[in-house]
Amino acid sequence: MKKTPLYDEHLRLGGKIVEFAGWQMPVQYSGVVAEHVAVRERVGLFDVSHMGEIWVTGPHAEEALEYMTCNKVSSLYDGKAHYSAILNERGGVVDDIIVYRCSKERFLICVNASNADKDFEWLTKHNATDAKIVNASVEYGQVAVQGPKAIELITPLVTGADLATLKYFHFVECEILGSPVLVARTGYTGEDGVEIFVKADKTADLWRILIEHGASLGLLPCGLGARDSLRLEAALPLHGHELSEDMTALESGLGWIVKFDKGDFIGKEALLRQKNAGLRKKLIGFHLDDAGIARQGDLVSAVDGKEVGVVVSGTKTPTVNKALGMAFVETPHTALDTKLTFVVRGRNIAGHVVQLPFYKRSK
Amino acid sequence: MEFPDDCKYTKDHEWVRIEGDKVIVGITEFAQSELGDLVFVDLPAVGKTVATHGTLCVVESTKAASDVYCPVAGTVSERNDALADDPGLINRTPYSDGWIVKLSGVAEAELAGLMSAEDYKKLVGK
Repeated sequence: MKKTPLYDEHLRLGGKIVEFAGWQMPVQYSGVVAEHVAVRERVGLFDVSHMGEIWVTGPHAEEALEYMTCNKVSSLYDGKAHYSAILNERGGVVDDIIVYRCSKERFLICVNASNADKDFEWLTKHNATDAKIVNASVEYGQVAVQGPKAIELITPLVTGADLATLKYFHFVECEILGSPVLVARTGYTGEDGVEIFVKADKTADLWRILIEHGASLGLLPCGLGARDSLRLEAALPLHGHELSEDMTALESGLGWIVKFDKGDFIGKEALLRQKNAGLRKKLIGFHLDDAGIARQGDLVSAVDGKEVGVVVSGTKTPTVNKALGMAFVETPHTALDTKLTFVVRGRNIAGHVVQLPFYKRSK
Repeated sequence: MEFPDDCKYTKDHEWVRIEGDKVIVGITEFAQSELGDLVFVDLPAVGKTVATHGTLCVVESTKAASDVYCPVAGTVSERNDALADDPGLINRTPYSDGWIVKLSGVAEAELAGLMSAEDYKKLVGK
């Protein structure tokens, strides 16, 4: 079982440790609800060091990534990042990723912990150029500072960059108290904030500084429990739930990052065919109208009782305070307000299709 | 962590307390701390007959749903409807306001098979 550079910090803060994707990670410290609310109203600090970091470098790095990821790498510029995905030949999602362009010949990819080794092998195998691909996951720790007070917390700690003017999905290589870091205005909570890449041996120092300086702003360290309830309210997909190799990027609602107007890329042909034929299934958001919670694996039926789908994520979340979730449902039953039945432990619970996301922050 | 002496306990982390001819059932402080913040309790209907170790109800955190087993056989004569609006009562006050049901018709012999506070405390290693 792997430990992040922050394992001892989690124990010191009373984090409850669970196994996640082969890592020993804190699921909560003070409680999922308190941590969730801290991020929505103030600021929360997450250890995301388990995420993988892969460098793609060399004169043909852009060309390599253009073929192996679905978003348009040529539209990036230095200091700009975008959400993207590695697809298989069927258009299924090998992983969802963020691609950061440091320079024309130097790209960083952040990948899911559970897929890091698989992604590295996939990229190495499908690389049609001489671009160099290096799995640097062990060299980096990563923390996420999320919430309306995140920028206020982080700005005075940074030298060499003005974070207040850093735009969404932009990043800057700078220093925090003498340590080189990469700070990106990104996150997985639906709030403003940053994700910070830092050398593994400097991660604990950075974490302690953020805990100390965040105290007066009401910062709480947050575990995987709050990370999941926050991302679900914001309808941000999670690989293994909304995304998998068996559902295509279009079915999973990733059509907005599939750029058919670029050259060839893995999965393009299959997705073009599917786009022209029409989608049989789609990812929808739902609310339950009766008491209960529908969770991953619960079946969905139409009002006439015919099985039409399956839940991929579901819980009752603190801010929206409703039982909600996402499900793959046959297209004729996906219009907003369509009534559906959710089969939870043999009991039928009424619900309906709603607009995603469930939660959107006020600007 | 609390282990009130006026309760009896099960290895599945439920407690019972005798109140007149009724038996009150809830889950222990240890159980709620393991489950985390509860967001939903699927309460049984009043009048439902439950067997010993039968599923009494389901408590759900944001992460998972967990069965609560009935420590003793009986009939649900009352349920704590306050849990519908505030499942966190179980987290905050597991032995008082966080009670789940009251059972009637419980045989005295069944209660004898339950654990004392001291034995339960040893079981959870506190």
